[in-house]
Amino acid sequence: MATATTQSTRPTGTLSAWEGMARQYDYWLTVYKRTWRGGVIGSFAAPLFYVVAMGVLLGGFIDGDPSRLEGATSYLAFIVPGLVAAHAMQIAVSESTYPVMGAIKWHKTFFAQLATPLAVRDLVNAFIAFVVFRIASACAVFMLVLAPFGVFESWWGPVLAWLAQVLVGTAFALLTFGVSARLKSEEGFGLIFRLGVLPLTLFSGAFFPIANLGPVLEWVARLTPLWHGVSLSRMFCLDTVDWSLAAVNLAVLVVLSLVGWRWAVTGLDKRLEV
Amino acid sequence: MISARGLRKSFGDFEAVKGIDVDVRKGEAFGFLGPNGAGKSSTMRMIASVSPVTSGELRILGMDPATDGPAIRGRLGVCPQEDTLDNELNVFDNLYIYGRYFGIDRATCRDRANELLEFAQITEKAKSKVEDLSGGMKRRLTIARSLINNPDLLLLDEPTTGLDPQARHVLWDQLFRLKQAGVTLVITTHYMDEAEQLCDRLVVMDKGVIAAEGSPRELIEAHSTREVAELRFGVGEHEALAEKVEDLGDRVEVLPDRLLVYSDRGEDVVTAVIDRGLQPIATLVRRSTLEDVFLRLTGRSLAD
Repeated sequence: MATATTQSTRPTGTLSAWEGMARQYDYWLTVYKRTWRGGVIGSFAAPLFYVVAMGVLLGGFIDGDPSRLEGATSYLAFIVPGLVAAHAMQIAVSESTYPVMGAIKWHKTFFAQLATPLAVRDLVNAFIAFVVFRIASACAVFMLVLAPFGVFESWWGPVLAWLAQVLVGTAFALLTFGVSARLKSEEGFGLIFRLGVLPLTLFSGAFFPIANLGPVLEWVARLTPLWHGVSLSRMFCLDTVDWSLAAVNLAVLVVLSLVGWRWAVTGLDKRLEV
Repeated sequence: MISARGLRKSFGDFEAVKGIDVDVRKGEAFGFLGPNGAGKSSTMRMIASVSPVTSGELRILGMDPATDGPAIRGRLGVCPQEDTLDNELNVFDNLYIYGRYFGIDRATCRDRANELLEFAQITEKAKSKVEDLSGGMKRRLTIARSLINNPDLLLLDEPTTGLDPQARHVLWDQLFRLKQAGVTLVITTHYMDEAEQLCDRLVVMDKGVIAAEGSPRELIEAHSTREVAELRFGVGEHEALAEKVEDLGDRVEVLPDRLLVYSDRGEDVVTAVIDRGLQPIATLVRRSTLEDVFLRLTGRSLAD
């Protein structure tokens, strides 16, 4: 109801998207100052753990055959782009579940913010901007830590791969936000992590080529949002870009992000309208 | 400042506000008095321009909440019933960051925050966590936060619910000072003493409609006698004894623990009761309050 009117004519005093976010900058800066330490340690430690366990130790059992590893010369080089994309998704989901419910149910931050000129879409924009920043910095650290291990084939590839990781993270953050805004209780989050994040991480081509899944499951994997991120990330890192496939991957992630934004805004709008 | 005509709010089949007319003028303290569930908070949220009007007309500061929401909210101060302070920010940041939402520049925000800490008498707590504040301090901080944008209209939903008497008096004193400074106040409360203390004018709300409107004095004069004799008898005797004292006052109310006899001369009532050989355990003669007005209008007491 409210969204219908905001679309046709914006209410007087409506802030531009930029102004709406700028006014919340100090808030998110304060949140970041309080939480950055844990985040930084996590972003450094996680990639090293993965690389040692998966890339070096597990990878020691796997032949570095480019024809079977989508063009990678080692298993480490194969899994790194996928791991970082999956890492982006995990951060996106965990930052858009409990924190969203907290701002609605426990801390009621959204209600306080909504009593000001800020509107629901401003809250969503700033929240997501912060999550995207967290994803971008974590993925950047991940990629930088791994750069010396000779897993990248060009200097520009990893930069584009990083953008793809941020994009897949953005799509997941928005979609998850929309779900969290509609959930009445946090019990649903367990389901999201166990039946959403975990299988996506394992079966979207991060750890093995999806061709190994067999023809039917391979197509199922291609339909998952994470696979599109993994695919982009890997093609750029290994310099094996198929531009038509990249265009499809990109289009899917952009469309998902736009749909996710709409889903998040309408969800929060309904939830906060009392 | 506020004008409502036939204002309604429904949630599905439930109608919380059933067509009310209200006018609030500049500089006055206006109250919505009523028990829980009377529709006060729903009305407040519509005035705060966060809850869409179901039907009827509502103008806030001359604007329509449906089309001018952000512009209206920019000029309002809102102190919600439940504290919505950010527990993860310290006391100063709660004020400073809230000011930024209104587009106030950083330096002004800092100055305003410091002034308001002073006003709320919590300057020494500026760097404390919100969790460490007492209930009264939290409330004062919430009110301070609602003043960060120098609002034209301050909305206070149940401002002293849950506070101890001393904290309430500190808060009332602050609201008085705001009123004297010319801030228009709109207050909801289910405490009749609060309404009497603070409000120039009020409406009594019950079950989504307005039962009466006027100043506290006008309401008491119109709906109650000057005095009330309270008679307390043994447990369970009140109903039966009501008939025996009925003729002594304008009317009698039976409460579970006492009889209220409404009369302009309370002492005479008590004397007559004793003359009739009735032996109340305790008696009290007092002036009528808004509680009596409410009882008269709705047949229920505010505490129900």
